Amino acid sequence: MSTTAASTPGASREDLARLEERWAERPSLRSWFSTVDHKRIGRRYLVTAALFFVLAGLSALAMRTQLARPESRLLSPQEYNQLFTMHGTAMIFLFATPMLFGFGNFLVPLMIGSRDMAFPKLNAFGYWVFLFAGLFMWASLPFGAAPNGGWFAYVPLTEERNTPGLHMDVYTLGLLFLGIATTAASINFIVTSLKLRAPGMSLNRVPLFVWAIVATAFMVIFALPALNVDNAMLFLDRRFGTHFFDPEHGGNVLLWQHLFWIFGHPDVYIIVMPALGIVSAVLPAFTRRGVVGYALVVFAMASIAIISFGVWVHHMFATGLPPLSYGFFSAASTIITIPSGIQIFAWLATMLLGRLVLKVPLLFVIGFIVTFVLGGFTGAMFALTAFDQQVTDSYFVVAHFHYVLIGGALFPILAAVYYWLPKITGRMYHEKLGRWAFWLFFTGMHLTFFPMHLYGLFGMPRRVYTYPDEPGWGGWNLVSTAGSYLLAIGLLLVLIGVIHAVRRGRPAPPDPWGGDSLEWSTDSPPKPYNFPVLPQVHSLHPTWDDASRTSMTEGATDDRILARGRQTLVTSELDGRRERTVEMPEASLQPLLLALALLVFFTALLFAWYPVAVGAALVVASTIAVWLWPPRRPDQELGVSA
Amino acid sequence: MVALGTGLALTGCAGGAPSALDPAGAGAARVANLWWLLFWISVAVFAEVMALLTWALVFRRKRRVRVRHGQPLRFVVVAGAGIPLVILVAVYAVGLRDLAALGDGPGPDAPTIEVTGHKWWWEVRVQGVDGATANELHIPVGEKVRVRLRTADVLHSFWVPQLMPKTDLIAGETRETWLHAERAGSYRGQCAEYCGTQHAHMAFLVVAEPRPDFDAWLARLGTPARPPQTDAQRRGQQAFLQGSCAGCHAIRGTGADGRIGPDLSDVGSRWSIGAGAVPNDGGHLGGWIANSQTVKPGNYMPPQQVGAGQLPDLIAYLQSLK
Repeated sequence: MSTTAASTPGASREDLARLEERWAERPSLRSWFSTVDHKRIGRRYLVTAALFFVLAGLSALAMRTQLARPESRLLSPQEYNQLFTMHGTAMIFLFATPMLFGFGNFLVPLMIGSRDMAFPKLNAFGYWVFLFAGLFMWASLPFGAAPNGGWFAYVPLTEERNTPGLHMDVYTLGLLFLGIATTAASINFIVTSLKLRAPGMSLNRVPLFVWAIVATAFMVIFALPALNVDNAMLFLDRRFGTHFFDPEHGGNVLLWQHLFWIFGHPDVYIIVMPALGIVSAVLPAFTRRGVVGYALVVFAMASIAIISFGVWVHHMFATGLPPLSYGFFSAASTIITIPSGIQIFAWLATMLLGRLVLKVPLLFVIGFIVTFVLGGFTGAMFALTAFDQQVTDSYFVVAHFHYVLIGGALFPILAAVYYWLPKITGRMYHEKLGRWAFWLFFTGMHLTFFPMHLYGLFGMPRRVYTYPDEPGWGGWNLVSTAGSYLLAIGLLLVLIGVIHAVRRGRPAPPDPWGGDSLEWSTDSPPKPYNFPVLPQVHSLHPTWDDASRTSMTEGATDDRILARGRQTLVTSELDGRRERTVEMPEASLQPLLLALALLVFFTALLFAWYPVAVGAALVVASTIAVWLWPPRRPDQELGVSA
Repeated sequence: MVALGTGLALTGCAGGAPSALDPAGAGAARVANLWWLLFWISVAVFAEVMALLTWALVFRRKRRVRVRHGQPLRFVVVAGAGIPLVILVAVYAVGLRDLAALGDGPGPDAPTIEVTGHKWWWEVRVQGVDGATANELHIPVGEKVRVRLRTADVLHSFWVPQLMPKTDLIAGETRETWLHAERAGSYRGQCAEYCGTQHAHMAFLVVAEPRPDFDAWLARLGTPARPPQTDAQRRGQQAFLQGSCAGCHAIRGTGADGRIGPDLSDVGSRWSIGAGAVPNDGGHLGGWIANSQTVKPGNYMPPQQVGAGQLPDLIAYLQSLK
């Protein structure tokens, strides 16, 4: 395995000392709140999202326990309905996307050879908003005031007259609050990936994971406004008596569904695509070659990002829209499986031509392929309107989207946990423990969700807190419940593995796997400035090519060390030609302050303390003004060269 | 083996479930056939993917295996896009044909059943007949029957897996579907769109019966409820009319004309109480009247203050309504 990166003669001792002084944060309470380091923020995203995952997972276990037997009275319907709503909402909004954005935060600057994200303060702000929005939503559960209208919150059930109380206000305000974080992070990913790539990293040398994050970020930018508008209208309907969704006063209930799924279907790919990027990032290290058909895979991702905006009506195939529109959306939904097929076969070809190194991350990638392909089959089935109408809203669709989301997101996320754990923590994980975790998780997952196909076809609708004894669903439900416990034990072993690695793991070398992308050419964990010398990239697999690697050691010039300030390089969007150096912001408390003010604002709206909300809005506006106020010092003094 | 196992499980182990794979009518039969086509295609493609994966795991793991750096783009495009495209286009065409078949409803003379979804029960009326029942509708065997769907409150979805795929009930609009059964029997249906607290207990029964029986059902629906025969039943009726019951429930031919809860004119012959919550027998009926909140928590019927002496009469009366 390569160890070239550990000691870097590319930068002199004085330069290293100066970089350290400029970038390092002294551990203190203040720096804990004010940090803008993408690696610390990325880690926090991962830990916080994992915490929300545990909460959402425990909700699922409670539901599975309830459903183990027919006519069970363990949970009341009110409790069950809150649990399934929070399970779905949290898994989608508070776990999947933030977890993947956490990996993106930690990895994108490292993979493109930069010293931080383009907007480090915005990055910190995004994290705080995510944390507060997550706590905002979960805090409602112990008070019995959690959202209870299902994760897609169909009106008119979620209107005030049908669901009084705070439940759905927590949902609308929580998601509006959280949307700020997701939007900020997406803008940051796009700008970072387009402008901060190391010199020489033209578009055709950008790692597939970074492509995936950028495609995802574009989808977020275009999809999220629909959800925000939807939630804003529902909040206004509930709180101020507008009639957007009230058919008695000229409103329309299907408007909610259209807007929700215009966001909601791209969101499936917003969740899955970065995870597919993880697969493309993990495979080279464990097949000892690059992914087959790089350009094809990029093309596949771009086409998914576009087509995903034209398939939303397949979530509404039972609403009785005109058959002609069903024909169109059915065709689009059928076609979108093609780019996924291309990616699957690109990965299979990679495995067939390479030499497999069967470590835990590769196990999870294989688990991903098996599971995701099965979810893909049922996905293609749902594109057919007639079949969709029979099985939608039954347990068959529950099986389908768990195969897609556990297969397409959780397996890759777990692969990523094991793959990048050495880079993130500087420690190696326990291989055997990891294998046990994989097999328990894999078996438990299929034992839980495969039978759901069956009892879905046997007529069991989803979202029922209990079911009768007669129809013959009981046995298969018991199997699912047993499987869910096994699955949970597998995940517990993952957690134990991570804790064990952090506490007892042996120190990780810079490049334990012989990976191909730039994060493996720097320390584990990386120094605060990521790279002592910013690389000059010569290929798609810079850590595998000598020219790129030596660019960080021999003959490095000052313009790639940039030790005179807190600086990184700006390059051109297409060719990665160097344009200038840019001064990066210092640690700041502004992001935290702004996020806190927003928390007060949304909390005040929730409890209808409108004067407080106005006050908080003023604090928000003035904090943003101070934040964006142009610096007084001239460019020369800042050390920015033209 | 897995495929075979699944196939067997799908056909064999439904254990009396209202299974979409045990269709009893034209609509569900179409979809069941479509399912088996999709199932076998999936089995074949899954076998292909697993074979490639197994090949890689068996032959590409040894240390001395030489890594090959080719770019087999033709393989990726043909296997990943070309073949799937051919399959998908064919399947799409079959799917369109089936969608058209599901749209091929009954003629203008067919009976029209009007179903209104309520939280959490189904109001059932028949066009041209002045009467209502709940959570149970009858259709003549071998005939297509129009079903007109409305909701009184939130969205619901009308689903009888063995007869017909779902149609949602959309607030502010009217939707239409149809039912057809080729053999007599009782087919369980259930609300499939989450509709709040008691979504789990919003089931109904479709009874397919020979035409004369169906006509008899229609006739019963249009005539006053059976008058009380015994003293107990008479006392029960009095309690019903003088108590709070009549405020929400109707019984044809009596003064009770409440429209908030289900019409009870034929409650004695229904298959269940509370839209599938509990079986329809004296004990459960008494429990329901006294406090339905323990049976179906969150439903809109408040606990009733009925004297211990009155309850058996009330039960006797309601059970006589057949």
